[in-house]
Amino acid sequence: MPNSLRPKFRHAAFAIWARNMLVLRKMLGPSIVVNFGEPLLYLVGLGFGLGVYIGGQMDMPYLTFLASGILASSAMNTATFEALFGVFTRMVPQKSYDAMLASPLEIADILAGETLYCATKSVIHGVGILLVALLLGAVTSWQALWVLPILFLVGLTFASLALIMTAYASSYAGFSYYTTLVMMPLMLVSGVFYPITALPEVMQGIISGLPLIHAVQLVRPLMAGLPVTDVVLHLAVLTAYGAVGYLVAVRLVQKRLCV
Amino acid sequence: MQPVVDIRGLTKRFGEREVLRGLDLAVPAGICFGVLGPNGAGKTTLLRTLLGLTPVSGGEVRVFGETMPAAGRAVRARCGVVPQADNLDPDFTVIENLQVYARYFGLSAVAVAERIRELLAFVELSDRADSPIATLSGGMKRRLTIARALINRPELIILDEPTTGLDPQVRRMIWARLRALREEGRTLLLTTHYMDEAERLCDELVIIDHGQILERGSPRDLIRKHVEPEVLEVRGKVEQARAVLVNSSGTRIELIGDIHYCYTRDARGLLATLEQHRELTFLHRPTSLEDVFLKLTGHELRD
Repeated sequence: MPNSLRPKFRHAAFAIWARNMLVLRKMLGPSIVVNFGEPLLYLVGLGFGLGVYIGGQMDMPYLTFLASGILASSAMNTATFEALFGVFTRMVPQKSYDAMLASPLEIADILAGETLYCATKSVIHGVGILLVALLLGAVTSWQALWVLPILFLVGLTFASLALIMTAYASSYAGFSYYTTLVMMPLMLVSGVFYPITALPEVMQGIISGLPLIHAVQLVRPLMAGLPVTDVVLHLAVLTAYGAVGYLVAVRLVQKRLCV
Repeated sequence: MQPVVDIRGLTKRFGEREVLRGLDLAVPAGICFGVLGPNGAGKTTLLRTLLGLTPVSGGEVRVFGETMPAAGRAVRARCGVVPQADNLDPDFTVIENLQVYARYFGLSAVAVAERIRELLAFVELSDRADSPIATLSGGMKRRLTIARALINRPELIILDEPTTGLDPQVRRMIWARLRALREEGRTLLLTTHYMDEAERLCDELVIIDHGQILERGSPRDLIRKHVEPEVLEVRGKVEQARAVLVNSSGTRIELIGDIHYCYTRDARGLLATLEQHRELTFLHRPTSLEDVFLKLTGHELRD
């Protein structure tokens, strides 16, 4: 493999992470509204409203079931949006990548820093959801804290995948295809709102090959205080999607910027 | 002494289009070196190969004796870059831009605090340290970009059209700073469209066109070699001017647009003639690098 394609999580990646964190710190106000407001709406609106009808269908209260689904899918959404819109803004109109590439940084470092930052945002958003869920009584044990490192991995995975889209994009226009044709369906069928056992078996098989369900199946038992099964499988699928996404994205951005 | 930049037979193709065609170039340390050429001559591509930001199609590029683009990371750590288009970070203030950029070089904000103070003073932006980028004028942005390029105390400073679009005061201030950097022993490599800039700054320069070096030398030598010492720019109706100028001997005449450029070693005869033709206006001046440039690269427009 050429030198430039090897993943490099060096100090250089943290320079990019630190740059983005400095921007985030400046936008603390608006980000608090997003981090707490959105999960509150979801959990109160859907959890209480829908929960009445669903009631005791599962081995946990529907609010806990929903909160764990929302935790996983929000980690996906947060990381994806940052890797699409945020990264594109820095790479293309803002020309920040040109400035970065005039320093010792390479594209592998920059994208590593970007995914780290996207995953950090996923965790911050996750803390918001977790606190709201706690206030609504949907968290039962300290075990729920294990969710946070899982959300970090989920963030890395989906940020890396979204970077492929960003590497190809010539404007923001294409991103709505990705969010409506990839993310939205994934969220609707991956066990966020209802167990996937409700779906036909063929569909269940397909969904099991996709990453989001694995995030859900890690987060849900942790939230409900139940034992987690198939940990290695779930972690492996998320890691594999992330690693492939990252390597492909590095190659594509290299082709785009270093011609 | 080993040259800072050593290029042999450099070729660069974008698909079918050959942008650089067998370029040979050695730049010694400690001088200000100019790369001049019309739009599309290959100047920016040349700079990008020096930084290892683009693979070469053929030939060899060495910077500080290291082969590019393989040694890109190590070489860029010793270079400062002032790009053609401003790419300051709009999310940050003046001082944050420098702090964040220092981190890209592995330098912590604490380690560069003193350096940043010096640099802001150097480009006269000390009182704007906490200003957001959006509030800076074009000249201030360019000065900050220069300060940013110096954060790592670079040995080689690469500037792509450093004063394009700036007013005369800022241009002169930047020239003074660039000369100061050269006095410190740093090597400067700059591209420019402005011949006056090249004449004032560059110890040596090359004129490139169509991916090849047309000529190399000091501004003074190039002027002496390629053009006569004086020129008369004659304006007026083209036909009238031609009729008046047709008999002047010892004069090389070129028509560019509606102006006749009369190059000569002795303008006295021509001046006497023109005194009798009030319908023509003229400008008498010593020749400059611009005349060399136009002679070597031709008159047609480039975009």
